[in-house]
Amino acid sequence: MNFESELKKGNFVIGTCTDCDRVVWPPSNLCNSCFGKITWKKASLMGKLIEYSKKNDMDFCLAEFENGIRIMGDLILKSKKPKIGAQIKLEKCGISDGCYSFVMELK
Amino acid sequence: MKQVAITNFGNTKFSRDDITIESSLLSATKSLFDQTPNLTQKDIDVVLVSTNENSKYLSAILSELSGITPKISHTVENLCSSGTNAIVSAYSYIASGLGNVALVVGGDRYDSPGQILEWDKSRGEYKHPIFWATLFTKSYKRKYNISTENLAIVSVKNHRNAKDNPNAYSNKTYTIDDVLNSKNLTEDLRILDCSRPCTGSSAVLLTSENFARKFSDTPVWLKGIGQKTTSASFTKNLDLTQMNSTKEAAKIAFDMSKLTSADVDVVEIHDAFSVCEPMILEDLNFAKKGEGLSLSKNMYDTFDRKINPRGGLIGTGHPLGATGVSQTVEVVQQIQGKAEKRQIENANIGLVHNMSAAATSSTVLLLKS
Repeated sequence: MNFESELKKGNFVIGTCTDCDRVVWPPSNLCNSCFGKITWKKASLMGKLIEYSKKNDMDFCLAEFENGIRIMGDLILKSKKPKIGAQIKLEKCGISDGCYSFVMELK
Repeated sequence: MKQVAITNFGNTKFSRDDITIESSLLSATKSLFDQTPNLTQKDIDVVLVSTNENSKYLSAILSELSGITPKISHTVENLCSSGTNAIVSAYSYIASGLGNVALVVGGDRYDSPGQILEWDKSRGEYKHPIFWATLFTKSYKRKYNISTENLAIVSVKNHRNAKDNPNAYSNKTYTIDDVLNSKNLTEDLRILDCSRPCTGSSAVLLTSENFARKFSDTPVWLKGIGQKTTSASFTKNLDLTQMNSTKEAAKIAFDMSKLTSADVDVVEIHDAFSVCEPMILEDLNFAKKGEGLSLSKNMYDTFDRKINPRGGLIGTGHPLGATGVSQTVEVVQQIQGKAEKRQIENANIGLVHNMSAAATSSTVLLLKS
């Protein structure tokens, strides 16, 4: 199990060091504090909106999840007006053509 | 530690020419030799090439094509700040005594693979630099109540400065309306807010104190060097309205040189996108927080070329590996009084700011006559 194998299945997991218990981001095989081994667990899908914009008709954003983990992805608004700090949910994630993809929805 | 000078320089025009990277690097090297009558190939101990091209062994290739057999030669790659990283490496070789004369040549092509950092998967499908620039722009505009129209002055100013730079990619001037009406790349970014990838190379010659006056009557001394890498991932930038690596690199460079921003006569900063210029002016302590854009506007209104006299990246173009070297060439030209139409009166102290990947790393150089 690792980040990519889980992402391929649509699961968003975060790595924690088995030695010092730190959360490691971006995903890596070793802890960036003590070089300990990593164990993976499913992350909370709830986060907050850090920033957003739009390209053509596609809204996109930077969002923050537990332990300060930040990712960029599509933002689904469903007619709601985005506000910095608003709650968002990671609705979908995966890998397409070797590229990570994340879809967040404003709650 | 030995003193290190930059004595001479060479340039190519920045363009969309479809020429090989080897040919472009060689042209900048020829330009440097043409402007340095006392220099022979045998004088050069170190050859460094800064580039993001995938071509291999470029410093050895450039050495062979130029008839140089250096003691030390290698390529330096650090995305958009490859150029100043190569200058810092050359400085280190000379200061440590491993060499006395170093040739640094930076170059890239318009289709350089360095434009996208594939590794940064936390950006998801939004890997292109326009996306981090868009988020910086949105945050900065909101925090300081700045309009898209206000921000357009950076592009207008830097294109105007580039008009007097014969090596610049752009030779057009634009109005605020031109910028606002240019193609929307995102909701917060027009194409004229962006530096353009292009083909080009620049070169500088660094020497130890004992060799400096062999090649120039007006050597320019590297008095301060600051570098800082905070991360590789854009998403590790916790504040989208400032560049922490730039702030830290500036402090290191100012401390080393015992200079302050008030001492500086000419500044080359890495305006990859319009919003970068005010952010960097603030992080280098040339303006208070939120007042960087007022400084840019004041420069435009008063025809003062102090900030980005060669036209910045927006006006000059951005061949990634060449940019930091080209910025340094401009400051050296200004201090040596060789900047022709762009010349700033009594320029004695200059600053170069060059950065990579959404300011996850920055270099600041301080140069003095």
